Amino acid sequence: MADGRAQIRRSAGLRLWLPAAWLLTLLVVAIFAPWVAPKDPLAQDLFSGGLPPFWVHGADRSFLLGTDSLGRDVLSRIIFGTRIALSVALISGVLTCAVGASLGLLAGFYRGWVDTVVSRFIDIWMAFPPVLFSILLIAVLRPGLFSIILAIVVIDWTRFARVIRAEAMTQGAMDYVASARVSGRGKFGTMVREILPNVLPIIVVLLTLEMGIAVIVEAILSFVNLSISTDDPTWGGMISEGRTSIHQAWWVLVFPLITLFLTVLSFSQLGEGLKDRFDPVLR
Amino acid sequence: MALLRTLLLRLMTTAITLLGVAVIVFFVIRVVPGNPIAMMLPPGATAEDIARLTALYGLDKPIPQQFLIWGLGVLHGDFGTSITLRRPVLDLVLGRLPATLELSVMALVFAILIGGTAALTGTRLRATRVEGAIDIAHGMALSVPDFLWGLLLIVVFGVVFPVFQISGRVTPSLQLPFITNFYLVESILRLRFDLTKDLLSHMFLPSVALAIPLAAIIGQLLKQCLKETMHLDYVTLARTQGYSEARVIWRQALPNAILPTLTLVGVQFTFLIGGTVIIERLFSYEGLGNMAIDAVINRDLPLIQGIVILFAVIFTGVNLLVDLTYAALNPRLRHG
Repeated sequence: MADGRAQIRRSAGLRLWLPAAWLLTLLVVAIFAPWVAPKDPLAQDLFSGGLPPFWVHGADRSFLLGTDSLGRDVLSRIIFGTRIALSVALISGVLTCAVGASLGLLAGFYRGWVDTVVSRFIDIWMAFPPVLFSILLIAVLRPGLFSIILAIVVIDWTRFARVIRAEAMTQGAMDYVASARVSGRGKFGTMVREILPNVLPIIVVLLTLEMGIAVIVEAILSFVNLSISTDDPTWGGMISEGRTSIHQAWWVLVFPLITLFLTVLSFSQLGEGLKDRFDPVLR
Repeated sequence: MALLRTLLLRLMTTAITLLGVAVIVFFVIRVVPGNPIAMMLPPGATAEDIARLTALYGLDKPIPQQFLIWGLGVLHGDFGTSITLRRPVLDLVLGRLPATLELSVMALVFAILIGGTAALTGTRLRATRVEGAIDIAHGMALSVPDFLWGLLLIVVFGVVFPVFQISGRVTPSLQLPFITNFYLVESILRLRFDLTKDLLSHMFLPSVALAIPLAAIIGQLLKQCLKETMHLDYVTLARTQGYSEARVIWRQALPNAILPTLTLVGVQFTFLIGGTVIIERLFSYEGLGNMAIDAVINRDLPLIQGIVILFAVIFTGVNLLVDLTYAALNPRLRHG
């Protein structure tokens, strides 16, 4: 048994560090994009359009991962796409978390009419297909970085609210909460000082998972041409272009797809790894 | 009696939820910038033409009044007329619904088959390398959403090994003798297996993409339930009676482990249906979701409303059904 646990802890460690390393690399690449990228991501060069990646016959070595039909460098576009992907992940993740977790805490701890209202809204939100809802919101808000972030917050707050509400209810019934109240702490103070620290690990896990979801949502919106302007390099936009020219130039689709895949996998493995780390049973 | 009260209460909350969805969609899409009428007329149209057509679609009235008119229509089965396609919304939506239903049900079947097989294999070979591999596969499948699985399948089975179709519902050049839009069902009923084969070749990749995350959820939960059941006395009894391990799992453990999985499948099925929106777009499959995205891009307000309401009806309907089935099957809730 002791062996089994040690093994779980070792694999959990790897599960934390490998994704963390990938995400950290992306962050560095995003910050230093103009220095890291070999070319200008927007520069079109019709004479070198549709070039394959470097190991394929007919490649131009200066375009490592090839070019798209307009002659733009695929590698540089992926590198600049990192900026948008990570901005969306970080900003919308944190905002969604703030809105959803607050509402969940209030509903779960105060109960009564607050809970009724929040729960009713959660029910309504659950009846919307999320992808359609986000596309609808972007159409209303006009495409752009701000709209995407707002749409993710508006749609995904329920992910946090549902879980945190249930958790706040369980915690609220425990003895330590009653003793805090008896010792003279106010209701709001109890929520912030006693309940919040106890649900914080779950919030961190959910936040990590939400960042992965945000990256996907941005890619999906770019894919249906509703994200940022079509000139700005985004992974989803590249995938969308690559999907149409898949039989002529597979590399325009495959490289951004691999990047997106690894990033989403990293966020969710990091989240799951953190969950195991926080779980008292495994510790 | 208790069951009846649960039913009434659930019906009421479902009605409130649907009303909420209707109100939100109605008001949200009406603040969309860009006049849908101006978009459908040719560039030479005068302001007068635009005003006349706007009045024809009732878009000149105050929004609450528009909602009342629309709501009364809906209660009579009239969802309005699509602005871009100029046909009744109900006809359009019901015409596309079978395509989406066939895709979703096929995905559900795949999910149950894959997940079930994984869970049974994992239980039979528990505490071996195989179980470890299945656990890792579950983790991977859960981490990545249907959209990315779909893209991956397109690259692998559409381009590298082109065995399946990656776009559309059926090969356009084929003559279709169908009278309903349930193409797959009808092709089987009419014994036109050549068409069945073509339809399946188009539906295979999108339905697998939709199935992968759900299969992992089913596999994980069912395996966990099975492993818990395997320690119970009656299972041990069956084992001492000399039944083989596979038979013990199949005949004794499975029936008792299946209830929690079934409930979860119901809830997760709504997520799968929600996933059809982007998967249909990705595979150019002519279903409801693909039509919905076009409707949003074209600002076709009546059509958007109709599709969103239909999705909400399906979601809440499935959830209602799951709750009631669970209440009927679970004796603790029945007498509670």
